[in-house]
Amino acid sequence: MKYIKLTLSFIFTIAVFYALNTKFGSIPPIGKFLDPSGGIWQNDKDETIDGNVNIQGLSAPVTIHYDAQLIPHIFAQNDLDLYKAQGYITAKHRLWQMEFQTHAAAGRVSELIGSAGLNYDRTERRRGMGFGAEQTLKKLPEDPEGVALIEAYRDGVNSYIESLDAKSIPVEYKLLDYTPEAWTTKKTALLLMYMTKMLAGGDNDLEYTNMLRTFGKDRFDLLFPDYLGVSNPIIPKETDWSFIDIEMTETPKSELPLDTIPATIEKPNPDNGSNNWAVSGAKSTTGNPILANDPHLGLNLPCIWFVMQLSTPEHNVMGATLPGALGIISGFNNHISWGETNATRDVLDWYKIEFKDDTRTQYKYDTTWKNTTVRVEEIKVKGAATIIDSVIYTHLGPVTYDHNFMSDNKKSGYAMKWIGHIGANNQRTFLALNKAKNYDDYVNALKNYTAPAQNFVFASTEGDIALWIQGLFPNKWNGQGKFLLDGSNPEHDWQSFIPQVFNAHTKNPERGFVSSANQRPVDENYPFYVFNDGYETYRNRVINDYFNSKDKFSVDDFKALQNNNYNLKAAELLPYIFETMDVSTLTSEEKKIYDQIKSWDFNNDIEKLGPSIWSKWYAKLYDITWDEFKSEDQALISPYNYQTIHLMTTNPENEFMDIVETQKKETAHDLFLLAFKETATDLIDWKAKNGNYNWQAYKGSRAGHLLQALPAFSRFDLPIGGDRSIVNAASKTHGPSWRMIVEMSSPPKALGIYPGGQSGNPGSRYYDNFVDDWAIGKYHELNFMQNSEATDQIIATQTLINKE
Amino acid sequence: MSKQNIINFVVTIIITVILSLYLPWWSVMVAGFVASLFFNLKKSAVFFVPFVAVFSFWGIYAFITSSANDFTLAKKIAVLLPLGGNPYLLILVTGFIGGLAAGVAGVFGKQLGDMVRK
Repeated sequence: MKYIKLTLSFIFTIAVFYALNTKFGSIPPIGKFLDPSGGIWQNDKDETIDGNVNIQGLSAPVTIHYDAQLIPHIFAQNDLDLYKAQGYITAKHRLWQMEFQTHAAAGRVSELIGSAGLNYDRTERRRGMGFGAEQTLKKLPEDPEGVALIEAYRDGVNSYIESLDAKSIPVEYKLLDYTPEAWTTKKTALLLMYMTKMLAGGDNDLEYTNMLRTFGKDRFDLLFPDYLGVSNPIIPKETDWSFIDIEMTETPKSELPLDTIPATIEKPNPDNGSNNWAVSGAKSTTGNPILANDPHLGLNLPCIWFVMQLSTPEHNVMGATLPGALGIISGFNNHISWGETNATRDVLDWYKIEFKDDTRTQYKYDTTWKNTTVRVEEIKVKGAATIIDSVIYTHLGPVTYDHNFMSDNKKSGYAMKWIGHIGANNQRTFLALNKAKNYDDYVNALKNYTAPAQNFVFASTEGDIALWIQGLFPNKWNGQGKFLLDGSNPEHDWQSFIPQVFNAHTKNPERGFVSSANQRPVDENYPFYVFNDGYETYRNRVINDYFNSKDKFSVDDFKALQNNNYNLKAAELLPYIFETMDVSTLTSEEKKIYDQIKSWDFNNDIEKLGPSIWSKWYAKLYDITWDEFKSEDQALISPYNYQTIHLMTTNPENEFMDIVETQKKETAHDLFLLAFKETATDLIDWKAKNGNYNWQAYKGSRAGHLLQALPAFSRFDLPIGGDRSIVNAASKTHGPSWRMIVEMSSPPKALGIYPGGQSGNPGSRYYDNFVDDWAIGKYHELNFMQNSEATDQIIATQTLINKE
Repeated sequence: MSKQNIINFVVTIIITVILSLYLPWWSVMVAGFVASLFFNLKKSAVFFVPFVAVFSFWGIYAFITSSANDFTLAKKIAVLLPLGGNPYLLILVTGFIGGLAAGVAGVFGKQLGDMVRK
């Protein structure tokens, strides 16, 4: 009996230990997790931001002042110490995020969350994300000083990681039950790949190929014209391009492979985009140029941005950093300010590869066979066996689609040619911008920047404003890369790149302002081939109209514009609908909703009903208009909004307006009514379940934690208006991830805010303390310290001291 | 409450506090086990004395840590688990988990102690 009791109690003890020490599905190891001396309770506090900290390899002490927003102002004696401190301080507040984003870039999510991440990981590997990062690492040694700085940053991050133990690691590690690994220079390269994928990793070549084959050239061109009927390019139309004196690439006489492609890999969210603009001194109420930037990215917690001031005796700069990268990305110093928007261009093409045989060791190229190489991708999976996915590489890039992945032909595949695979030192551009003193320094800083291509807006205290569209762009023949290309035809390769000096730019234009909002970069007169690759068609017109509307602009005007909710898209379609839709069959309930939208002023403000009705109505209308393009068998794509509305209003009887499934031949006018009636039903249901469908409630903008918007660590139902295609581009999950306005006085005066908080710790009051002000359009003054003397605005000071 | 119970209670807490500085969460199991090995308990006290000891220690420790920070994280974890966002419930659950681990280890310690004493 005694033995039985002993054995039983022993087994029971082991069982309880195992149960409380093991992660089951999404439930963390609960004993470890809730232990007050080592679990999550230890994260329920603010960071220590005072005292001295010893870290290795500093040449002199580094002072870090924190202001009330928890913005660190770092004062170091030289660059090596500065970037080491930046690494240390960034990790201190954002370690989990930095590591998670680079794991995501490398396709290592399964390692953390198990087989649910496998498809994602395989896609990232097949995109060549790790390959691209390694190409960058190969390129870096050409700039030994730069390498030393990236290594200093790495060492700073690692000094912080080494100071942690199992009890003090960020709460997400405890939740997912893993520990941080050492930071590497490759991780910085991966972070830049993460941005490149987000901003320059999209294309529709394969969908376009299916569309072209299925619907023929005429109808394809009707749906996807190279030039839309509206043109308000980033570089003013009147620009003289005659200085471009090189020959354009000749279009070869060859056939395109018109394959049927069943499905394609996930694309970046189309709501990624941005605004930036600057007015000259002459157009500014104070006589100083003013510059603004608001990148529209995923609204996440922790936010993709972290604000810092970085200072040495040689330079002093402030603005938004990307945790994982060095320097300030969007910001200002005493001489210049700059900011970015994404410069969409087709820098990703697909090529059909024909292998010689099943071994796939050779593929056809011109009249010969070329050898392939193999990159073995080892994907670790939490709680399961490691998966090996071998990816074949050609001279073009990885064969993403083959019989192992989303395709079934053993003897062919589709290879990806992508700017992200061309090694480059893009980190250097930002470090040079941080130190730039004038227009020439800015232009020099940009010269070698390749990807993701950006519209770099610029303003200086000297009074210059400018905008360069900078990236490495292939000099394409007319039509090249719009559709699937032939990998065996040397003429289909990228033949050369547009020389950097011919990249489109404008300095001190006559109109007194520069602006960009992801629209077409140039008009038809620019000699290089640029087709419409999803350019934005609404925000840019609202912005440019605003700057053409009066003579002088103030910082308050800039605030108003960043928060402008005018829905130009709705304003261009709704009046036509009101005119042409037959309302005689509306029920009284439907009529009520119809009257609500009729009285709407086209502003997507939070308390209004109009935007909710519009958003549902347009989504349904778009959906039934392009019913032709719903297919199980092949990947298709529907036209962009501008062309959709253009066709509805100018060609309402076009055959595409017909709903294929029905006997009747519908016109656009019929679709308006059909979509409206469905919308009314939906809204009535919604109201019964959720209450009034005002725009705030109906849109439900949120700032979601990076772990699939884990509700506990996210913020929901934010009181922000706007939407996609609106200057205040806050959709449900994307929007102005950083709003900055800088007046180029001496010293500059700057405002900045983002939807998040400086701390990445959900247990800190600084985790989401900017969110409320951001949502209602308030700004925080950025305290740009001119020297390291602490002022009354400083709440704490920490000193980093060399550890002997 | 018998003297033996009080001694065991106090010893369990002391060992827990000391070990928690050096060992992971399962230090409470070691504490429950060791205390019961040397300070013999009877009947349900075998489980409940270490249970209550660690329940109190973890509960109070969690409360003190978190209340100093306005329960900022505790409220969020109480959404995650899910406990309706109530930090006090999370504290009770925390105490219960620690207590359970210690209590079970205490039963094992008592059984082993009985064998040795025999």
